[in-house]
Amino acid sequence: MATRWFGAPVQRLEDPRLLRGRGNYVDDIDLPEMLHAAVLRSTQARARIVSIDASAAWSLPGVHLVLTAQDLGEVLEPSPLLVPHAALTQPRTQLPLARDTVRYVGEAVALVVADDRYIAEDALDLIDVEYESFPVVHSLEVASITDGPLVHDDVPGNVAAHLAQTVGDPDSVFASAPHVLHETLLIDRGAAMPMECRGIVARWDAQDSMLTCWISTQGPLPIRNGLAAIFHLPEHKVRVVAPDVGGGFGTKIMMFYPEEVLIPFVAMQLGRPVKWIEDRREHFISANQERSQLHEVEYAFDDAGILLAVRDTFLHDTGAYAPYGIIVPIITACTLPGPYRLRHYSSEFTVLYTNKVPVSPYRGAGRPQAVFVMERIMDRIASELHLDRLEVRARNFISPGEFPWDVGLVYQDGGPTKYDSGDYLAGLDKLKVLLDYDTFPALQAQARSEGRYLGIGVGAYVEGTGIGPYEGALVRVESDGRVFVSTGVTTQGQAHITTFAQIVADQLGIAPDDVMVSTGDTQAFNWGVGTYASRAATVAGSAIHIAAVKVREKAKMVAADLFEAAPEDIELADGKVFVRDAPHRALTLGQVAISSNPLRYAYGENARTLMSMKLAGPRPGPALPEERGGPGLEASGFYSPPHGSFASGIHGAIIEVDPVTCNVTFVKYAAVHDCGRVINPMVVEGQVHGGVAQGIGGAFFERLVYDEEGQIINASFMDYLLPTAAEVPSLLVDHVETPSPLNPLGVKGAGEAGVIPVPALFASAIDNALAPFGIRIREMPLHPSRLYELLRDAKDKPAL
Amino acid sequence: MKPPRFRYCSPRILDEALVLLDQYGEEIKILAGGQSFVPLLNMRLAAPAYIVDINHISELHYFETEPDYLAIGAIARQRQVERSVLVQEKHPLLVEVIKHIGHMQIRNRGTVVGSIAHADPAAELPALLTCLDGEVLAQSMHGERVIKAKDFFAGYLSTTLEAGELLTEVRFPWLARQAGWSFIEFARRAGDYALVGAMAVLTPALDDTCMSANIAYFGVAGSPIRARAVEQVLIGTQLDAHTLDAAAGAARDVVGEDMQDVHATVEYRRELASELTRRVLKQAWARREQLEGAQ
Amino acid sequence: MRERDDDLSQCVEECEIAVTVNGNRHEHTVPVRLLLSDFLRHELHLTGTHVGCEQGVCGCCTVLFNGEAVRACLMFAVQADGMAITTIEGMAGVNSELHPIQQAFREKHGLQCGFCTPGIIMSVHAMLHEHPDPTEEEIRHELSGNLCRCTGYQNIVEAVKLAAERLRLQHMEVE
Ligand SMILES: Cc1cc2nc3c(=O)[nH]c(=O)nc-3n(C[C@H](O)[C@H](O)[C@H](O)COP(=O)(O)OP(=O)(O)OC[C@H]3O[C@@H](n4cnc5c(N)ncnc54)[C@H](O)[C@@H]3O)c2cc1C
Ligand code: FES
Ligand code: FES
Repeated sequence: MATRWFGAPVQRLEDPRLLRGRGNYVDDIDLPEMLHAAVLRSTQARARIVSIDASAAWSLPGVHLVLTAQDLGEVLEPSPLLVPHAALTQPRTQLPLARDTVRYVGEAVALVVADDRYIAEDALDLIDVEYESFPVVHSLEVASITDGPLVHDDVPGNVAAHLAQTVGDPDSVFASAPHVLHETLLIDRGAAMPMECRGIVARWDAQDSMLTCWISTQGPLPIRNGLAAIFHLPEHKVRVVAPDVGGGFGTKIMMFYPEEVLIPFVAMQLGRPVKWIEDRREHFISANQERSQLHEVEYAFDDAGILLAVRDTFLHDTGAYAPYGIIVPIITACTLPGPYRLRHYSSEFTVLYTNKVPVSPYRGAGRPQAVFVMERIMDRIASELHLDRLEVRARNFISPGEFPWDVGLVYQDGGPTKYDSGDYLAGLDKLKVLLDYDTFPALQAQARSEGRYLGIGVGAYVEGTGIGPYEGALVRVESDGRVFVSTGVTTQGQAHITTFAQIVADQLGIAPDDVMVSTGDTQAFNWGVGTYASRAATVAGSAIHIAAVKVREKAKMVAADLFEAAPEDIELADGKVFVRDAPHRALTLGQVAISSNPLRYAYGENARTLMSMKLAGPRPGPALPEERGGPGLEASGFYSPPHGSFASGIHGAIIEVDPVTCNVTFVKYAAVHDCGRVINPMVVEGQVHGGVAQGIGGAFFERLVYDEEGQIINASFMDYLLPTAAEVPSLLVDHVETPSPLNPLGVKGAGEAGVIPVPALFASAIDNALAPFGIRIREMPLHPSRLYELLRDAKDKPAL
Repeated sequence: MKPPRFRYCSPRILDEALVLLDQYGEEIKILAGGQSFVPLLNMRLAAPAYIVDINHISELHYFETEPDYLAIGAIARQRQVERSVLVQEKHPLLVEVIKHIGHMQIRNRGTVVGSIAHADPAAELPALLTCLDGEVLAQSMHGERVIKAKDFFAGYLSTTLEAGELLTEVRFPWLARQAGWSFIEFARRAGDYALVGAMAVLTPALDDTCMSANIAYFGVAGSPIRARAVEQVLIGTQLDAHTLDAAAGAARDVVGEDMQDVHATVEYRRELASELTRRVLKQAWARREQLEGAQ
Repeated sequence: MRERDDDLSQCVEECEIAVTVNGNRHEHTVPVRLLLSDFLRHELHLTGTHVGCEQGVCGCCTVLFNGEAVRACLMFAVQADGMAITTIEGMAGVNSELHPIQQAFREKHGLQCGFCTPGIIMSVHAMLHEHPDPTEEEIRHELSGNLCRCTGYQNIVEAVKLAAERLRLQHMEVE
C-alpha cells in the first residue's frame, strides 16, 4: 500500500478553527438556563471538620444550592481505585466532599450553585467552617517518622504500599564488585499546569432521561461508565464529551475528580445545566501533582565502567490519596534500567501518604525521576574512572542485536517490561554531531580562561509507551465520499485529528482533508480507555488503521461486484475506486458507499450519477452478502497490544553557569528521538519541543513549595515559574527510526518523551560546568538560590 | 477568582475624585492601571466598598519637563513614558527602569504613579524614586503636600499617603550631565519582579573622583533602600578595585534579616546585592562623562 | 464615541456601556465588577479570548484595547465604555482568509492545544506593529508576556519570524 500521507508533515486540520478563536473549550459552552458552581476548599491540611454553617450562603440572593457531604446521599462514595495492585495494601481514595476529615489544603468541602460565578464566590465567603487542626504530614520525612502524625488514622506508618522486585542476583554481584557507590537522590513536587484549568458543564434532560457532560478530560469513556453506575443510568443515557481541551499532560485523566460527580449530581437535582470552571488558584490546590521521590541507590561497576548491579530503594509521595494506585512508582522502577544492559537489579519502594494534593501521572509519570537516578549513576562512573561520559554509556548500551530485551520486571500494565526494538548507539552518535561534542572541551577551556563556566550534559532514556488494554475506532464512508472516523481517545493538542486522518487517507486513497475525526465523544464511539501513557497514536492509531483496511477491502468487494471484476483488481486512489488498468471503470468512494447499502434512498450528486451508470445488477441471493459484514461502507477495528512498545532518546545541552548569581542559561540544546515510524514529523517535533520546555521548567524553574502547615506557598503563576519564551532555547532535533514490531503501523508513543531526560541532563551539565569546584548535583528541581548553597558548600569542603 | 462586590465611579475631573475620597475615606480605593489592584480584587485579597477609577481624569494625563525634574501625572502609562522620545533623550535611566517592569501588556495599562502608590518593595520605580531623591505630590480636599521619597515609603505595600489623599504626580529629578548611571536586576524570568535589583548614579568631580553617589536597591527589604553606607565608600575615590570590594561588602547589609522567600534565602540575596553592586558601579562609572581637565 | 453617562461620577453597582468590538457596537448593562474577559466571553459570546489565570500573568486573555495589547482579566467591562476592542475573532472573518500571522502559526505548527494561541496572536499583532523586523531575541523577550505550555515556543518564534517577513512584504507592496 502506497503511503502518501503517513510520514508527511501535513498541516493540522484542527488549526483554522483554533486560530480564528472558534475552538470549543468547556468554558465556551453556554446553555440556556445554565447555573454556575464554585467549590469551597479546605484551608487546612489535616483537620477535623467540627461544623459547617452555610445559612448565610443559603440566604444570599442568586444562590440556588449549597451542598455539603451530608446532602450527597448514596453519591457520598470514595472514588474508585483505578488500578488496584496486590502490593497496594492500604488504598484510599477521596470522597466527592469531605465528610468529617480533611487531608489536604484544597480538598473539596462544600459546593455552591448560583446564578453566576461571581455570586457563587460571594456565597463561598459566607460559609463558615470550623476546623480542629492537627500536626501535618508535610513531607516524606515526616510521613516516615515512627509514631508520627498519620494522614489516615487507620493506615499505620502512612504506608500505602510496598513493593520489591529483583532481577538476577544483585547481592552476590555487590559482594564481589570492584567498585560500589551509594547516593541519596531527591526529586521534589511539580505540576502539569495546562493553560486551561479543569472544567465541567452538565445537563440533565428529564424528558429523555439523558445526562450530558462536557468535561475537560483525557478520558471521557471511563467517566461515562462511572457516572452511569453512580446514577443508575444505562450507559447510552450518559454522554460524556471532551470538547477542545487546553492541554492535559496527565493531570486531566482522573476518575473521579470530585467535581466530575458533583456537577452532574446538582444538574440532575436542579433540573438545570450547571457549569463549573476551575480557576487557577483552585488548580494549584486541587488538580493532581507528581514527582516527589527520595531514592537511596547503590551501584556496582567494574574497571571498564560496566554497570554490574543496582540496588534502588525509594520513598514515593502519593499525597493524601492514591487514586492511581502505585502506577507512578512502578513506572519509575521499570524505567530505571534505561538503555543499559543491567542484569542484576533490585528495586524496592514504599508509597507514603502525605497531607498534600493527591498524586497521579503527570507527563513523564515517574520516568524523569528514574532517568535522573540512572543517569547520575552513569556520570558518576565516568568521573570515578576518568572516562568520557558518553563512552561509558556506549559501553553499557543494549545493542540492536539484543532485541527483544526483557528487563525482567512487570510493567505498569501487568505485562513484561520488554523492549521491542531500538538502536541507542545510533542516537548517541547523532547527538554527538548535533552538539559538536568533540570540540566542546576546547570551547569550555576557552570560556574558562575568560572566567566563564560552560558545561555539557546528557541524558538517555527508554520510555514504555503504547500500553494496553486496547482502543477501538469506527471508520465510515459517507455518501458524499467524506470519511467519518471516531475513537474513544481524546486530544489535547497532540494533533490526533490530523495524524488519524493521515492514517485513514492512505488506506482509502483520499486526502486527509476529507476525513472527519471525532475524538472523545462517548456517543460517537462507545469503547476505549483514554489518552495517557503516550498511547493514542500507537493504540488508537493502530485500531484506526485496522478499521480503515477493513473498509478498503470492503470497498474493493462492492466495486468488484458492480464492475464484475475480481476484488484484487480494484484500486483506490484520488477518491476513486476503479479497475486496475481500466481507470475509466471507476466510481467515487461515495458511490461505493451508497452501493454498499442496498435499497437505500440516496440523495445528492453521487447518487444521481450512480443511477445513470451502466453497472452490474445485484447478484442473485441475499441483497447483503454475508462476506460483506453488514451494510454501509464502514468497519470497526480494535487493537490490543501484546505489551507496551519502548521508545527511546538521548538529549544533550551546553549550558553556562554564572558562578556568582548561580543563574543558568542554555547555549545549545539537542534532542535525538526514536518513536518508531513517524506519522507526522512536524507534530512529533512539536511534542519534543513542548516536553523539553516542561522538563526545563521541572529542572530549574518549577517547584511546588509546601510549608510545615501543608500550604503551598507559591500557588500562583507569579511564583510557580512556568518558563517563558525567553528562558527556553531553540532545539536541534534529529530522529532515529526503529519501527515497533508490535503494531501494524510500527509506531511508538511520542507524547511524553521530551520531558523525561531533562532533569538528568541539567544536573549532568551543571556538574560539568562547575567541575573545578567539585560539585555533584543530587536533587531536582534546582533554582539559583539552592545552587548557590550547593556551590558554597562545595567550595567550603576542604580539597581531598 | 472573581472580584467581590463594590460600587464604582469614574469622575472626569480631579475635584470630583477628591470629593469622593474625602467622603468615603478608608472605604474607597483608587483604580489606576489596575495591574496590581485588580489581581488583588480577583483573589479577594482586597474588598473595598467603593472604587474610584481615575482613568478618565484627563488633567492627570501628562508628563512634563520641569527645570529640576520630570513630572509625571497620575494616569500616564508606563509605556507612554517608555516610548516618549523626549524621555528617552532626557531621562534614559527612567526608560531603562520601566523596560524592566513586567511585560508590554502590563505596561500598556500600568501607570508610573500607580507603581509608586502601590509601594511594592520589589518594584523598580519606587527604588528609582528613592535613588534619585524624588518627590511625590499628594492632593486632597484640604490641600496638597509634596513628600520626599524617603518620607513616602513606609514598609511593605504601604506609604505615608493618608485617607482622602490622591497621588497626582511623581517627580523624577534629572541626572547631572556628567553623571554615569546603571540599573541591573536579577529576576528569575523575563518580566518577573526581581529577587534583587540595584541602581547607581555616580557623578564625577573635576578631578574625576566620585563626587556624589546615589545607590538604591529593591527586593532587599520592606521598602526600597537607599544605601548611604555604600555611597560613603565611594565618595572621593576613583572606584579602584579596593573600593569596589569595600562597596560590594557594604552592600550585603542592605538585605533585611527577614528577606527569605521561595525564591531566595537571605544569604543568597546578600550575595546578589553584593555582586549587583559591583556590576552597577562598574557600568555607571564607565558611563560617566569625564569633565574637562580631568585625566 | 458615546457621551459618557454622567451618573458615572456617582457610585453605582451596575452601569450601561457601549463598546465597539471588532468594529461592531454593543450596548449592554453590566455589573461594575464584571471583568472585561468575562464580558467578551459570556455576554458577547466571543469565546476566543481565553482565561488562564485571572491574575495578569498567562496572557491568554490578551486583547487590543484602543490598539494596545492589554490583559482583559485585569480590566472591568465598564472601563471599556466608549472604547474600541479587537479580539481574535476580529483578525480574520469566518470565511475569509486567515490573517498572515494566523497563517504563519499554521504553517510553522505554532500551536498545539490552541488555548494560549488567541492571546499570543493578539500580542504578536501589537508587537509587529511596533517592531516590524524584530530579532529572535526581541521576539522571545516580547513573547515573555504569554505563557504556552504545549509548544516550547520554538515554532511560535518561527511563526512570528515568518509573519513579520510576510507583513513587511505586504507593506512594501502597498507602498
Ligand atoms: C504579570 C504582572 C507582572 C508585573 N511585573 C511587575 C514588575 O516586574 N515590576 C513592577 O514594578 N511591577 C510589576 N507589575 C505591576 C505593575 O507595574 C503595576 O502596574 C503597578 O505596580 C501599579 O500600577 P497601576 O497603575 O496598575 O496601579 P493599580 O493597580 O491601579 O493600583 C495599585 C495600588 O495603588 C493605588 N493607587 C494607584 N494610583 C494611585 C494614586 N494616583 N493615588 C493613590 N493611590 C493610587 C491603588 O489604589 C492600588 O492600591 C506587574 C503586574 C503584573 C500583572
Ligand atoms: S487570564 Fe488574563 S493574563 Fe491570565
Ligand atoms: S498551544 Fe497549548 S498552551 Fe500554547
